[in-house]
Amino acid sequence: MTIDLKTVKHISKLARISLEEKKAEKLADDMNSIFEFIEKLNELNTENVQPLTSIAETTLRFREDKITSDNIREKILKNSPERNDDFFVVPKVVE
Amino acid sequence: MTEITSLGLFELIKNIKEKKISSNEVAKSFVDRSEKSKKLNVYVTENFENCLKLSKDFDNKPNFDLKLPGIPIAVKDLFCTNEVRTTAGSNILNNFVPSYESTVTQNIWNEGGILLGKLNCDEFAMGSSNETSFFGNVQNPIAKDLVPGGSSGGSSSALAANLTPITIGTDTGGSIRQPASFTGTVGLKPTYGSCSRYGIVAFASSLDQAGPMSKDVKDSSILLEVISSFDKKDSTSIDFKRNNYSSELTRNIKGIKIGIPKEYRVDGMPEEIEKLWKKGIEYAKDCGAEIIDISLPHTSYALPTYYIVAPAEASSNLARYDGVKYGLRSSGQNLVDMYEKTRSEGFGEEVKRRIMIGTYVLSSGYYDAYYLKAQKVRQLIKQDFDQAYNKVDAILTPSTPSSAFKIGEKSNDPVSMYLNDIFTVPVNLAGLPGISIPAGTDKNNYPLGLQIIGKPFDEQTVLNIAYSMEEKINYKNNITDWWM
Repeated sequence: MTIDLKTVKHISKLARISLEEKKAEKLADDMNSIFEFIEKLNELNTENVQPLTSIAETTLRFREDKITSDNIREKILKNSPERNDDFFVVPKVVE
Repeated sequence: MTEITSLGLFELIKNIKEKKISSNEVAKSFVDRSEKSKKLNVYVTENFENCLKLSKDFDNKPNFDLKLPGIPIAVKDLFCTNEVRTTAGSNILNNFVPSYESTVTQNIWNEGGILLGKLNCDEFAMGSSNETSFFGNVQNPIAKDLVPGGSSGGSSSALAANLTPITIGTDTGGSIRQPASFTGTVGLKPTYGSCSRYGIVAFASSLDQAGPMSKDVKDSSILLEVISSFDKKDSTSIDFKRNNYSSELTRNIKGIKIGIPKEYRVDGMPEEIEKLWKKGIEYAKDCGAEIIDISLPHTSYALPTYYIVAPAEASSNLARYDGVKYGLRSSGQNLVDMYEKTRSEGFGEEVKRRIMIGTYVLSSGYYDAYYLKAQKVRQLIKQDFDQAYNKVDAILTPSTPSSAFKIGEKSNDPVSMYLNDIFTVPVNLAGLPGISIPAGTDKNNYPLGLQIIGKPFDEQTVLNIAYSMEEKINYKNNITDWWM
């Protein structure tokens, strides 16, 4: 199986990463060599194997739904690329 | 007296407790040496002034009951540190200042450790040579233009160059053990669930573990005792009885059964690695261990499995970097354009490659063929270890298939870079503890490491075997301070 340029562009859309044409070609090459190496898994019959989803065999713990941190709103907003008062600003979404 | 910076953690603690040296003297020595070592490019963010101040505060009001009394420690820049910039080696987090502290670093400060600085690493811990960092290559103090390994390359270099007495890294596929092996130092990846992941910039959440990197095994046992804790803030943190690793450390490993997996004899493995492994087996025998041949039949499937599971989890974890609430933002014509440009400019090539692989294997129509398949093979790999541990207490392998390579040597060939982690990746997939200890050198005099893999939660046995073998191996780094 090979990953063509069209697929690479589609994946980059899904991943929200803009790609120049030249970079997309290089990426297609890299991905193909990586997948060639990954295809080795097809040698194994895994029909009756249970997938391993988590190595820590624990059930998720419950906790009370209450605030445990101090008011750090200002510290969090300080990291924002663009803010207006107590809000994050993004490019206009609704016309 | 020997130079302060050449002392390991245990010696420093002893000297501070006996009031032979002050915390401030120690901090000053490491800061001075770090100032003279900028060529190694280990620091992304220095915390020198604050460290000196805090060490004075410690001396004014010392508490010698603490496990790390007034010890300056530099940490990998993947651990969020409250009010101190945390970049994960990425442009996208270049200006990020956390408002919280990772549990692992908090545990260190609670025991008297003082932050010396944040250490360079591969971007989002994705790399085996520290070359993917936005902040540039790190030099290995062993020789000029040699990579320090990765992703905890700033940590391994700083440690080997005596710029920090001990450090912490994170290990998703070998990122503590491989750089330790490349720099002649000790690196321990604990069992998954031992050290909290809270506040560590996430790469692949089912594999990530923090762990100590040190000059010798005893130092790692001291730091493990500090950082290993049950933490409610990490949903996969495990509440088990933790040993007092340093006080229970013993060289008596008589009768311990050590397995030698035949599948680790990979094609094209250099002869010197094979020789090192044989030597390691002899050392283990000398220490009183019983050597048993074992089989881990799915070993060769570990890397392909890893390169599905890790990128899949990474693509999901890194979806949060969108330029909205923190980090870099590039301008775009609309919201989606802004996302796409931010992520294109904010991430480096290797990170983009892995996000793309991860997105692909999780995308509609491919999930079963790749992701589900990999999870099933991961189960088989874990079962290999489960079965082996019916017969043995631990497993001995080389840490890496080669010694450190030159900067630029493998950066254009992702697959050959990935092969570096061939011996370390299975351990992460199975969630086991593993340590790399320096065990010899290659023909260029570059360090080589041996890996000891243990049963889940049995860090103590891993440490004991390493401690015992370390004495027999008696490895010494020969570092000439060429960068000064």
